[in-house]
Amino acid sequence: MDNIAGTKSRLVWAVNLAALALVLLWTIPTFGLLVSSFRDRDQISTSGWWRAPMSAESTGFERAGTAADQVAEGDLWVISGELLQEGQGLRAWGTSSRDPSAYTPGETVALKDGQELTVSETGTYRLTSPTEFTETRGMRIFLTTLDPPRFTTENYARVIGAEGLGRAFMNTFTVTIPATVIPILIAAFAAYALAWMEFPGRALLVAGVVGLLVVPLQLALIPLLKLHNDIGLGKGYMGIWLAHTGFGLPLAIYLLRNYMVGLPREIIESARVDGATEFQIFRRIILPLSFPALASFAIFQFLWVWNDLLVATVFLGNSSDQLVMTGVLRELLGSRGGDWEILAASAFISIAVPLFVFFAMQKYLVRGLLAGSVKGG
Amino acid sequence: MEQLGFAAGTIIAGVFGCVAWFWGTNMLLDWALPPRGPQAGRNINRANLIRPWLFVGPALLCLGVYLVYPVVNSVWRSLHDAAGQNWVGLDNFRWLLGDAKFRESIFNNMLWLLVVPALSTLFGLIAAQVTDRIRWGNLAKSLIFMPMAISFVGAGVIWKFIYDYRGADQEQIGLLNAIWTSLGNDPQTWLTLPFWNNFFLMAVLIWIQTGFAMVILSAALRGIPEETIEAAIIDGANPWQLFFKIKVPQIWGTIAVVWTTITIVVLKVFDIVFVMTNGQWGTQVLANLMYDWMFRGAPDYGRGSAIALVIMLLVTPIMVWNIRNARREMR
Repeated sequence: MDNIAGTKSRLVWAVNLAALALVLLWTIPTFGLLVSSFRDRDQISTSGWWRAPMSAESTGFERAGTAADQVAEGDLWVISGELLQEGQGLRAWGTSSRDPSAYTPGETVALKDGQELTVSETGTYRLTSPTEFTETRGMRIFLTTLDPPRFTTENYARVIGAEGLGRAFMNTFTVTIPATVIPILIAAFAAYALAWMEFPGRALLVAGVVGLLVVPLQLALIPLLKLHNDIGLGKGYMGIWLAHTGFGLPLAIYLLRNYMVGLPREIIESARVDGATEFQIFRRIILPLSFPALASFAIFQFLWVWNDLLVATVFLGNSSDQLVMTGVLRELLGSRGGDWEILAASAFISIAVPLFVFFAMQKYLVRGLLAGSVKGG
Repeated sequence: MEQLGFAAGTIIAGVFGCVAWFWGTNMLLDWALPPRGPQAGRNINRANLIRPWLFVGPALLCLGVYLVYPVVNSVWRSLHDAAGQNWVGLDNFRWLLGDAKFRESIFNNMLWLLVVPALSTLFGLIAAQVTDRIRWGNLAKSLIFMPMAISFVGAGVIWKFIYDYRGADQEQIGLLNAIWTSLGNDPQTWLTLPFWNNFFLMAVLIWIQTGFAMVILSAALRGIPEETIEAAIIDGANPWQLFFKIKVPQIWGTIAVVWTTITIVVLKVFDIVFVMTNGQWGTQVLANLMYDWMFRGAPDYGRGSAIALVIMLLVTPIMVWNIRNARREMR
């Protein structure tokens, strides 16, 4: 028995470890960017995000005081002051950009004309000279310092304001909400007819809807853009709402019909016998009972429209009052390729809402998926 | 602000418009063909013939204009020249066959098609099996499923950060290069490595799609009848045999659904390539190639449409298979 129990617990361990490995592998990429979005710009570019809680080494220079700061001490002229900021520790220092970490803290170094410079471990420096200083620009002192981790929300403030992400956030909302609500209504009626009304051609229509589920969006772009131009819609919100409504309908009808077909026949037939009209049946019985399916589709459509780039690129203009967040993000990737603090903060603003919806409504999302969604982009 | 007002107005107008249409036309029908009086029977029959079309009408109109018409129009465009004025027959398709970029795209798409559905399904299956057996399984599922909510563009940013490259003398801030250099190698610009960069792009889609596969397969695994599993355990099957010989064969149908669904996503993959490499360094795919021809520089709608039709053609077998399945279910 010992033997069996042993293998059993080893298996449990293996399963737990495998799950942990998968979870880590799947969350680390996002987590890394999240951490980076709160880090200081300089620290992002000098150390990996996994070092974020540790102090980072950085090299820079500060300027010493000028002739105006000097005081006479006996027969020496002295300029002194602080070089470090709160929390920084000095590793090494130097006086030339060719060897910025030539000296150790506390060392006293002889410069030209009998001048001497000391930089202490705490970051105070003392520059002495036997003759009066005449410099109007302070000399550069290069410092290699150990900086404490710096976390900031500055990146977010910056992208929301200066990079136009705040505006894009509004635009995305403007696109998403009508594009989610309107197809639901149209699809609900159609789904009811396809599920519970007898008419010739019904099977054909259902098959057609299933077929349209996989039609590549790419095919529709040019003909529709031309059509919109011809009827005077041009590029704008009206056009993209209609486009998303059209593209979302097959999935909406398919999901809702599958759900409605499963509703108990007796309820609907007894309502018919009692003299309810089809419209009343739909509004009083079908719609309330179909809530889970409606919610599933609403989440799908919301995520899909919010995250879409292609349709927005084609049907909306490029001006700041029409650019959505995915569009801004794409432009930033092009123009600010290396500025990770901006990219990280922007990316997080754009995925914050979908993530919230995802975690809050996961139950409906899963249910919708299980109802057999086969939609692609 | 006024823009949000505009959106709110549209929602209200849209909702009212829809309701008014459905309610109004139904009223009209009841008024024109009253279900009472001497001809009640005939009227009811006639109304029942018309009413379904009132319900499906708006949807049919939308589907027709936004999905059926574009397919037809694209066929027409693919047979015409750049501006859609002169008939050129099959010239666009002949040009496709000879175009190096098109061949590269087809090759890459096939590569994606081989790798992404397979690995997503495999990882999804492993994740489903593993998370179903642990106490914190639901949390684990949520976290693996999470990338599904992230846009392709957002995912592009997330992964580009992982593939980030710094010169050999600097500290690497990209995770992949940090691991790679700590093993004693020189840092690489992963996204420009010919051929292999395709796999780095695929990783993004696999990362996104695994959660989807996991959710569906997990439900399927839980739906397997207990008896078959118990019988296998009594017969002395070990966990591996139990999984590969008893469970997996019983969920082949679901695996096929997952596989084809991801296949469709892969065939249309656009955003990831668009934002991460834009098809440079040998990573071009069909959807991005089409975008290039349609919207970059001097647009050529004929060639663009031809490429779009190729994507459509690749999707068609799956479409037919789906329709046949749906029809079987309806019977």
